[in-house]
Amino acid sequence: MDAIILQILNGLDKGSAYALIALGLTLIFGTLGVVNFAHGALFMIGAFCAVTVQRVLNFSYETIDPSQTDFLGNPLVVKTPYVFSWFGPETGASIIDWSVPLAILFAIPVMIVVGFVMERGLIKHFYKRPHADQILVTFGLAIVLQELIKYFYGANPIQTGAPDVFRGSFDFGVMLGFDPNVIIYPYWRLVYFAFAAVIIGAVFAFLQFTTFGMVVRAGMADRETVGLLGINIDKKFTIMFGLAAAVAGLAGVMYAPINSPNYHMGMDFLVLSFVVVVVGGMGSLPGAVLAGFLLGILESFASMNEIKSILPGIDQIIIYLVAIIILLTRPRGLMGRKGVMED
Amino acid sequence: MFGLNKKDTTLLIAVAFLALCAPFILNPFPEGSSLAQFNAGYPDLMQRFVIFGIFAIGFNILFGLTGYLSFGHAAFLGVGSYSAVWMFKLLGMNVLPAIALSVVVAGLFALLIGYISLRRSGIYFSILTLAFAQMSFNLAYSVLTPITNGETGLQLTLNDPRILGQSATADGGIPVTNLLPGIEMRDTFTMELGPWLFQFNTGYYLCAVFLLLAFYLSVRIFRSPFGLMLRAVKSNQQRMYYTGLNTRPYTLAAFVISGMYAGLAGGLMASMDPLAGAERMQWTASGEVVLMTILGGAGTLIGPVLGAGFIKYFENIFSKINDSVLHGWFGFMPDGLENALVFVSHFFVGKSWHLTLGLLFMLVVTFLPGGLVEGGQRIGRLFRRKSAEDAKSTDVKPAE
Repeated sequence: MDAIILQILNGLDKGSAYALIALGLTLIFGTLGVVNFAHGALFMIGAFCAVTVQRVLNFSYETIDPSQTDFLGNPLVVKTPYVFSWFGPETGASIIDWSVPLAILFAIPVMIVVGFVMERGLIKHFYKRPHADQILVTFGLAIVLQELIKYFYGANPIQTGAPDVFRGSFDFGVMLGFDPNVIIYPYWRLVYFAFAAVIIGAVFAFLQFTTFGMVVRAGMADRETVGLLGINIDKKFTIMFGLAAAVAGLAGVMYAPINSPNYHMGMDFLVLSFVVVVVGGMGSLPGAVLAGFLLGILESFASMNEIKSILPGIDQIIIYLVAIIILLTRPRGLMGRKGVMED
Repeated sequence: MFGLNKKDTTLLIAVAFLALCAPFILNPFPEGSSLAQFNAGYPDLMQRFVIFGIFAIGFNILFGLTGYLSFGHAAFLGVGSYSAVWMFKLLGMNVLPAIALSVVVAGLFALLIGYISLRRSGIYFSILTLAFAQMSFNLAYSVLTPITNGETGLQLTLNDPRILGQSATADGGIPVTNLLPGIEMRDTFTMELGPWLFQFNTGYYLCAVFLLLAFYLSVRIFRSPFGLMLRAVKSNQQRMYYTGLNTRPYTLAAFVISGMYAGLAGGLMASMDPLAGAERMQWTASGEVVLMTILGGAGTLIGPVLGAGFIKYFENIFSKINDSVLHGWFGFMPDGLENALVFVSHFFVGKSWHLTLGLLFMLVVTFLPGGLVEGGQRIGRLFRRKSAEDAKSTDVKPAE
């Protein structure tokens, strides 16, 4: 029992990331009908927003402290981040400590702008082209974005720490009445899951309870009729693209402490999140979220030693295996509508 | 000639000429001159041109004719490489059985994957092939280590049985791949012609012969009733169903053929350099062949070869250009301008040349869906129209 709970918990953080990226992909696909291979790159840009904020906060000036010497005997050069002198050492230190959560504030506008530019500048011209063309051009864009990030941040993963409070792990099992030291769970992963749940809830609430969301949902169902009613649906869809980019970016920001950002993390997640979208059903938002969590948890179950000893290597392929079975037996996915993209 | 019409024969002869004279054509600059870095006529690179040309021709038979976009084609190349290296380990260092086995194994593998994947079309087909390729890649990295040697990659050792050859050479080294005893793949004949240096490599010419065969076969497929059927699938599969025709056997045949081409490329790759690694199967490798085919021109005969050559050339040449070379080029300018230009062009060369590739690819997909071939045709048409309108203005060079 405790092993099962542990695996479910382990699957949650990856599942959250899958769910968030797949949610954005489905938003774009459902509204604009575009297959966006650059969505993984948006996730990566989000993660690098966190890196950027951390670096900016650590900008320092140098002073010479004559009372101390370095190992060569010269006066010691002390680096003080500017935030220290602006907010005082204590507040400054905690600002730097909380750089990843602070990066959310930075990432939202950046990602929305990136999404707007992408949609208006490139993807707009591909609505009427076949899906293969959309895949190809966004694949090219993903390469470009990836190389730009590699150019500016280098090829090595960059450590981006969570706030001190959330570092380390806690004994989750004791809270549930199990023996101590059975279910140890890192704080930040729980934070990530809660964050993902909030974002997913917010997106659904936005679509469900606002007029804007209603129009967008109507447009997803029948774009032409909504257009005939005198609503500029293209504009709304552009905003949705920005929103989807922001969701992917936020998923990336908060993922930075779990996995040090590197330039190819977007590509790594992209393939899996496409699989997630297909499993959930093209164009179905709840399906994307459900499939994201399901596949994340399934993956962590498959990596249990007990299962690996029966079926070696299953942890590496389980997601693809599930995707193949789903595609062959139920091509509209878990929750896809009948007749949508079902050829 | 060879059952081709006049135009196709010309094309075939042109490709044959290019392939056979490549050591001359690719080395236009004298050794030691400042432009020598643009020479591409060394065996390693020429082999890669030709091998990826074969790979792209095969991919084009599937994508160019049927429109099915496979994102997992590198898996067949990887399987081909592995089988070839196993032949070198078990049988002997002759390349022909190794290449034959790699084609057969890749074909069988393609039959299996194609049979399943072709039940779906469009994006679902892309994702199915992608999933299969990633599965093969992950398995090759982890569980199949006894067969694939995991992360290290499959290599020849001195303890291999090699029943038709010897485990080790007389001086205790690992034997090298050969075509016949005595004709080794790495044999290179160097010809000096004044300041020019031309290299003729056995391995390259073996690859070139295979390229010609592959190209000829692809021309025949393009012009055959089978090719016509595949084109019909691309233009309207629904209508084919309505006429009561099952297109599956045709698409499956195209898939298997293109898988065998990939296997051939993998086998040749292993023959030139007998090692095989799992990273050859990764989906970015599959993406590369997609790039080559689209960039050259999907659905055209010569396009994939051009695309493969183009990408491999720039991969090698662009990535070699560094800051000092750039400073040398822009050195005649004022300092500020020179530094600015070097700074800007630094984005596009050296290690970050993939940026250039990505941008170029986006431009091609957006503005030239027919690839470089379409670009060439447009320029040709422009010239013809110009010369018809005004004979004097033929010297106008259209911007490309």
